[in-house]
Amino acid sequence: MEVIKLSGETKTMSGADAIRLAIEEEMERDESVFILGEDIGAYGGPFFVTKGLLEKFGADRVRETPISENAILGCAVGAAIAGMRPIAEIMFADFLTVCMEMIVNQAAKARYMYGAQISVPLTIRTPFGTGIMGAAQHSQSFESWFMHVPGLKVVLPSEPADFKGLLKTAIRDDDPVIFFENKQCYFRSGEVPLDKNFTIPFGQARKFTEGDDVTIVATGAMVQESINAANKLKEENIHCEVIDPRTLVPMDKKSILNSIEKTGKLLIVDEGCKTCSVSAEIAAFVAEEGFQYLKKNIIRLNTPDVPIPYSQSLEKQIVPNAKSIQDNVKKLI
Amino acid sequence: MSSDEFPKEFSPEELINLYKKMLLIRSFEERITKDAGKIKSPLVHPYIGEEAIAVGACAAINEDDYITSTHRGHGHFLAKGGDLNSLMAEIYGKKDGMCKGRGGSMHVADFSKHMLGANGIVGAGPPLALGVALASKLRNEGRVILTFFGDGAANQGMLHESMNLAAAWKLPIIFMLENNLYGWSTPSANVTAIKDFSLRAQGYGMKGLSINGNDIIEVYKTVKEAVEFARKGGGPTLIECKTYRWGGQTTMDADKYRSTEEKEEWKRKCPIEAYKTRLIRGELVDQQIIQEIEEKTLILIDESVKFSKKSPKPDPNTALDNVYKNPIEYGGN
Repeated sequence: MEVIKLSGETKTMSGADAIRLAIEEEMERDESVFILGEDIGAYGGPFFVTKGLLEKFGADRVRETPISENAILGCAVGAAIAGMRPIAEIMFADFLTVCMEMIVNQAAKARYMYGAQISVPLTIRTPFGTGIMGAAQHSQSFESWFMHVPGLKVVLPSEPADFKGLLKTAIRDDDPVIFFENKQCYFRSGEVPLDKNFTIPFGQARKFTEGDDVTIVATGAMVQESINAANKLKEENIHCEVIDPRTLVPMDKKSILNSIEKTGKLLIVDEGCKTCSVSAEIAAFVAEEGFQYLKKNIIRLNTPDVPIPYSQSLEKQIVPNAKSIQDNVKKLI
Repeated sequence: MSSDEFPKEFSPEELINLYKKMLLIRSFEERITKDAGKIKSPLVHPYIGEEAIAVGACAAINEDDYITSTHRGHGHFLAKGGDLNSLMAEIYGKKDGMCKGRGGSMHVADFSKHMLGANGIVGAGPPLALGVALASKLRNEGRVILTFFGDGAANQGMLHESMNLAAAWKLPIIFMLENNLYGWSTPSANVTAIKDFSLRAQGYGMKGLSINGNDIIEVYKTVKEAVEFARKGGGPTLIECKTYRWGGQTTMDADKYRSTEEKEEWKRKCPIEAYKTRLIRGELVDQQIIQEIEEKTLILIDESVKFSKKSPKPDPNTALDNVYKNPIEYGGN
């Protein structure tokens, strides 16, 4: 696994713009793609990800819904079964709790339980994570829940280019994909390929920095924090390899294990609370399949098992950051 | 609505076919009830007593129109033209079952007949129907969907979300409420303040009707009118069909919560007997023809049991197949 270098014409844009570009390109490419969700039309969604799509594609294909998450996802699953490629937006990942039925018992199961008569080409997009003073019900990171549901694919990119490439793959995929969009990553900018055929396959991690000392596996907003930490540590001659799995199901175990074979040390940084988290799953497969490479115990740096508090001073206290990542890397040296 | 006369659009043969289909469902369910010990699954829900609803309603739609079903779905499956042998084999958990032994009784489906599946979650069909109806509307296909559910599902939140959205978007859906008076052992009158569920339709902006669900011609005529309205772009209709489940909730339910008097009273209102009497009165059949139909039906059922017993068990090595259409590959780039 090499540090990725983008080729072809690129443009600097935010994560939110990269997502919009992916949706726009896929809606132009394929008539069966449409998007539905709350306030996604003229308003453009709470993070303005869908701004302008209504004007471009019309109200038939950019469908504003009532605040009825089960109806939104039921409609999306049903349309997918009938041969469409819906993109359903759930306004905040926290609201996934009120429509688990359609995701877990319907979308994920339909293909298997109906004897492979059908597939469910559905993409569910949803913003998650801390950083906007959202408090306990607008800040959560639920991605690990969905890793536990066979039949779903779980995607969680951190960079604008990856948002574009992976969302296009999700929309073209024939299975249900839940696409987690970290709120802080919406606002960060990066180079994005303008090639309309730019897609990124699922199950391929991305390495952001090279290093022989410690492997840092991070997701979402924690990727940039880890890169910042790695850059600081370099000044102290500590070299970290920062890896973003980008898709949680399928998980690119091979790339992570290859890195640990080289470094012998693993720090996992995850914004979700610790118990049964993404970091728990990564630590578990490394312990099972890469124990022989480990020279130190694995460290999992998570948000602790606590609801997300409102006040910034409290929120900053509990969410991992570049400083706490540096401190934990040093424990492994 | 008067149902004294047979619908003029049906030939005598088609009218007799309605009888045959109801009898096929009845005989099928009687057979699996008798064989419940052999089949061993405690989760098989017979449709005995409610046959006129599935058969009458499905007679009012075209082959390329859709239905969604419930956990009590064998009747809907057969009424929509699903294959008898594959249905029986599925309940036996065999390889030649419609879902290759993956789904069982609660997940029988025949997508080639646009029968989009029985469903083990009470109330999950109507949200899915939204998307199927929307797909039909977006593609200008003119197809409608009947979504069957019971009085139990009538009190599920997602049903209400679905009725609201269907009416708001004028989707071609017929909400087919089969009110058999009980949710498992709980009388619906104990948990619902209104007597006629059709009253609720007005609150969503659609027409609601309560009809005799044991009168196949009344069911047919009512659904037919609703279907024509939906095809013209008028939107959804709620049809409450009053009926009764003759047996327990499942083939293994001792059913001690309902009185013998009540059960006997409803058996006197048997939908199949009532229709048979009318066919004889209309001189479409005589006792000899009826006897021939009964004998032929039992032969079909016997053959389906033979087919199912002969069919192999699913290969254990295929248990992990078909979770995904595009199988997940583990990268390593």
